[in-house]
Amino acid sequence: MKPENKQVPNEWFRWTEKDVKAAEVVSRPSLSYWSDAWYRLIKNKLAMLGMFFLVIVVFLAIFGPIISPYEVTKMDQPNQFHPPSKDHWFGTDQHGRDVFTRTWYGARVSLFVGLMAALIDFCIGIIYGGIAGYKGGRVDNIMMRIVEVLYGIPYLLVVILLLVIMEPSLTTIIIALTVTGWVGMARIVRGQVLQIKNYEFVLASKSFGTNTSRIIRRNLIPNTMGPIIVQLTLTVPSAIFAEAFLSFLGLGIQSPYASWGTMASDSLGAILSGHWWTLFFPAFFISFTMFAFNVLGDGLQDALDPKLRK
Amino acid sequence: MLRYILKRFLTMIVTIWIIVTITFVLMISIPGSPLNEERGTSESVQRNLESYYNLDQPYHIQYILYLKSIVTLDFGPSIKQPNQTVNDLLGQGFPISFELGMVTILVALLSGVTLGIIAALKHNGFIDYMAMSVAVLGISIPNFVLSTLLIQQLAVNLNLLPPATWASPLHMVLPVAALATGPMAIIARLTRSTMLEVLTQDYIKMARAKGLSPWKIVIKHALKNALMPVITIIGTLLAGILTGTFVIEKIFAIPGMGRYFVESINQRDYPVIMGTTVFYSVFLVVMLFLVDIIYGLLDPRIKLHKKEGE
Amino acid sequence: MEKILEVKDLHVHFSTYGGIVQAVRGVSFHLYKGETLAIVGESGCGKSVTSNAIMKLIPSPPGRLVRGKIQFHDKQLTELSEKEMRSIRGVDISMIFQDPMTALNPTLTIGTQLMEGLKQHKKISSLEAREKALEMLELVGIPNPDERLKQYPHQFSGGMRQRIVIAIALICEPELLIADEPTTALDVTIQAQILELFEKIQRETGVSIILITHDLGVVAKVADRVAVMYAGKLIEEGDKREIFYHPQHPYTKGLLKSVPRLDATEAELTPIDGTPPDLFSPPKGCPFAPRCPMAMEVCLRKYPKTKSLTTTHKVDCWLQDKRAKKLLASSSRK
Ligand SMILES: Nc1ncnc2c1ncn2[C@@H]1O[C@H](COP(=O)(O)OP(=O)(O)OP(=O)(O)O)[C@@H](O)[C@H]1O
Ligand code: SF4
Ligand SMILES: [Mg+2]
Repeated sequence: MKPENKQVPNEWFRWTEKDVKAAEVVSRPSLSYWSDAWYRLIKNKLAMLGMFFLVIVVFLAIFGPIISPYEVTKMDQPNQFHPPSKDHWFGTDQHGRDVFTRTWYGARVSLFVGLMAALIDFCIGIIYGGIAGYKGGRVDNIMMRIVEVLYGIPYLLVVILLLVIMEPSLTTIIIALTVTGWVGMARIVRGQVLQIKNYEFVLASKSFGTNTSRIIRRNLIPNTMGPIIVQLTLTVPSAIFAEAFLSFLGLGIQSPYASWGTMASDSLGAILSGHWWTLFFPAFFISFTMFAFNVLGDGLQDALDPKLRK
Repeated sequence: MLRYILKRFLTMIVTIWIIVTITFVLMISIPGSPLNEERGTSESVQRNLESYYNLDQPYHIQYILYLKSIVTLDFGPSIKQPNQTVNDLLGQGFPISFELGMVTILVALLSGVTLGIIAALKHNGFIDYMAMSVAVLGISIPNFVLSTLLIQQLAVNLNLLPPATWASPLHMVLPVAALATGPMAIIARLTRSTMLEVLTQDYIKMARAKGLSPWKIVIKHALKNALMPVITIIGTLLAGILTGTFVIEKIFAIPGMGRYFVESINQRDYPVIMGTTVFYSVFLVVMLFLVDIIYGLLDPRIKLHKKEGE
Repeated sequence: MEKILEVKDLHVHFSTYGGIVQAVRGVSFHLYKGETLAIVGESGCGKSVTSNAIMKLIPSPPGRLVRGKIQFHDKQLTELSEKEMRSIRGVDISMIFQDPMTALNPTLTIGTQLMEGLKQHKKISSLEAREKALEMLELVGIPNPDERLKQYPHQFSGGMRQRIVIAIALICEPELLIADEPTTALDVTIQAQILELFEKIQRETGVSIILITHDLGVVAKVADRVAVMYAGKLIEEGDKREIFYHPQHPYTKGLLKSVPRLDATEAELTPIDGTPPDLFSPPKGCPFAPRCPMAMEVCLRKYPKTKSLTTTHKVDCWLQDKRAKKLLASSSRK
């Protein structure tokens, strides 16, 4: 026997069985788009940190006010400006109200405003952008002209105007924030719908060895859903931010109720007199929620971006 | 190009018209309108209001006359400050606000673009992470909180800088820093991501294949393309900065238009609120228009840029 | 004939989220002066990576040239510094990319883009550079070159842009031109024109060309020799007639099924059932085995040695083994 034949024994020269062959296909389980995106997202430490933080904030927003023995609006003037202690974990404010309770109550309000604004933007945007993109032609042209005009209107000025006229409340704030807020989403949705319509073009593209369902799964869904999800993630913090800004102008949730924004802007003076905790807690949680949503949005953008796949 | 300018111009006019119409509708629909119902407004104020809004006329005449006064840049009287018109207030306050806004956008652009480019070139390096962490923090802190912290730390505690007013360049440092942080962060993030995107483009590969040096590739091929999207968001950033001046001017006691505006909101001085909103909206819409024109001049593909949507 | 390029045992890896992609796994080939070598293969088999590696343009990170030698004349490109490499790129070796729509910088005039390589590498006055640019535009068949120099890429059609890209690649008179799917993004008539342009240029300048393509019609038209790649390996190589008339590797045969004849012009490779293996953990045996109608036990266990059939024709397949021939003779595969 030649040495070569020793390494490669004769008995290896026989046809393989079909099923053996299938079993031998060494191939990474072809991940679906979503599990692949998810996989890439959880590899992104910063995005995971953001997600983790949001879970905690939501958890405390739900249970914080419940576990606290104090009431949100209960004033206790003699107990004014208690620094954080065993009784009052986050201290008390200028009316002796428990900052811990108010922070988590405020979290509910701020998160609710953010989530509702995002949800409403999403619904209107999907319908409007969907119709424009789907109908195309003249309808699209006119609808997009309208969007272009609305897009030019300074968003916060309109919100201010509306809230000056309508008395600020949870409902009116959300309405004001969404009156022109949906425009951005509508634009994105329309663009994505146009892409879907173009997909026959994708099918006709010359890349050989790729089949239809693969193109839909690999190219179409990622290309279309990605930007919408990302936009959704970024609408929440910007609405929370806008509410905080409105609070500063006195157009936020009205006292005695609180959002993070009203708490922070009510406490701006207190920090100069040394009562840092009244500002610190609401401001800290606004900032970190913003941070969390932003890094999560970035992470999603990377994870969902079809260009970065492979 | 001319057609493009014309089209944008028409869009702008329609946008302005819509804003003016909205304010008119809101004005006449204010519950317990200050225009009819008096809450301690003096006789002379009442007369001013009547003559400006032509309250004795039917609505459609009122509307036309209102449009006319806007076209002639007459924004009406104030209720709370007798003998002052919105034009008077604008004359005193706007130059200061304008200065604050312009210095801010310049600072934000210079620092943001620099940070973004460095971060992109050192992609995934230490500098990149640092710059982007700072940037994310920058967009996470509400500017009223940031201003208060800056005053408390740098002005009160360390006594490095004057805490308030608008008297000298040194006085500008804190308010501009507070106002520029957000836009700077946005610009830095955008510059970084477009720069990274541009660096993966085929024409960059092509430039490398020509044997150009990395430095030349960045300056000549990447920079301009990467900065184009930055130009497009300047309009939006200006809107943000402008609304930001409301906050900053109030906190830093800067006698600009923003401060008057916040006061008039608190006092529900409707004509001032409306007049300022209209003025600012027009200002922003015009700025947006100018930015678009500049973009059109810089981008040789202008006919395409609407379609690409990238 | 003089060899101007010799690639030996090239390995290129990319580290990604999912692990290390072994994109190119031991590719060797060479190129003679003045000839056209076509590299064909399914999407993702490593053609572009191979050609980028020759230019040392693998993005790093994530990419890394792990092993292998690339000899250009007497220079070892793998050992050159980035700076030395720069004096070769565009001057001695040039490259053309697939999509002419994206290969030109949209914000610079084509004149600038044409001349900058020239100005970078040759001591030359602006006037001379312009002359040369005009000459190149003429060579690639752009009418009114004088005016065209001042225009921007979006003012040209796809075919015109590809001509300009070719002009840019050739302006410093390189010896080797690597064209990565230069016609894939163009429609059929334009494709034919561009291919004719290649032939013309080769006749006039004697440039050697590595042509990467999906399109066997293109191969039939312009190639002298053909290399077939599969899953990061070069599995068969031969001159055009050998590959078209006597393909040995089952993969090559599969590819050719739809285009049995050399004179067929516009035919796409038809997909073969199944998908190529994952390059994260490539099989230790023949990567084509799961899709191969002739697969044997041995194919799953060990990668076949390269066998030379003629001086030009080489193939990596166990069917070349005597024992496989015996097996073939004794039993016919269903
Ligand atoms: N920058 C990169 N990062 C990670 N993996 C990469 C990178 N570039 C290429 N690869 C991997 O290398 C493999 C070969 O890619 P290559 O671009 O060479 O394929 P190709 O044969 O040119 O295909 P096509 O015909 O589609 O152009 C692919 O599997 C791809 O996933
Ligand atoms: S080595 Fe085996 S599996 Fe691979 S091509 Fe040849 S016969 Fe088919
Ligand atoms: Mg390729």
